[in-house]
Amino acid sequence: MNLGPYAAFIAAAYSLTTAVVVGLILWVLLDYRAQRKTLADLEARGVTRRSELPR
Amino acid sequence: MEWIAPANPSRFLALAERLLPWLAAATALAFAAGLYEAFFVAPEDYQQGATVRIMFIHVPGAWLGMLGWTIMSVAALGTLVWRHPLADVALKTAAPLGAAFTFVCLVTGALWGRPMWGTYWVWDARLTSVLVLFLMYLGLIALWRAIEDPARAGRAAAALTLVGAINLPIIKFSVDWWNTLHQPASLLRVGAPTIHPAILVPLLVMALAFTLLFLTLYLCAMRNEILRRRVRTLRLLQAQAAQGA
Repeated sequence: MNLGPYAAFIAAAYSLTTAVVVGLILWVLLDYRAQRKTLADLEARGVTRRSELPR
Repeated sequence: MEWIAPANPSRFLALAERLLPWLAAATALAFAAGLYEAFFVAPEDYQQGATVRIMFIHVPGAWLGMLGWTIMSVAALGTLVWRHPLADVALKTAAPLGAAFTFVCLVTGALWGRPMWGTYWVWDARLTSVLVLFLMYLGLIALWRAIEDPARAGRAAAALTLVGAINLPIIKFSVDWWNTLHQPASLLRVGAPTIHPAILVPLLVMALAFTLLFLTLYLCAMRNEILRRRVRTLRLLQAQAAQGA
């Protein structure tokens, strides 16, 4: 595959897009882990929403 | 209101858990097919040479940047008219994704423009209106961070989103209304697309892949935001209990 005289521009465009996409994926995954952990910590300390209390 | 009753956060979480593995797999498959088409099947353009391959990420970036604001505008109506909690979540979580893809559109456009136009940037109507879209995304994200009460922040953001929606037709028709360096519409236009099928097919496959990626990330981000609000509620309950004790 020959990208011609402007290969650097094409490579830069795809590299930057890859970096943005990887950043977004990491953001949602790490945020999910953090929220799950905080929720588990709070629930372990006995803090629950009223809707989750036994009736 | 019956029709939006099932859209409560708990049901959304259950639905997202079921959909996400399938969406992620479909995204990976679509990207594999799209990148193969883009680099090994699509021919070089007779004028632009291999730089036409930048189009396969630039156009989906532009499409998703505008789709993000369109989704936010619909969600803004849900926030202002029905005060639906999921609408507020949908509005807030689309903003960073829309900003990221608008950024991709702007930077890949600059990297395509330099070899083809001889410049990274010109202040023509299309480029400027997309830059305005990017700045509006950043402004909206800043607004959420500036107001502590989520309900107030949500209503202010919804109003701003609806005002900002005026920029969407300006972006779309800027190439028709003004004399721009940016080319006119070649896909979504009256009549057939002006792109040869050999390049159009990879572009559509890449657009599908990016759209699936957007939906996957969007569901993940909405799920995270619902969990964040649960954490906030529990912390408030904890603080109330501590005060009462």
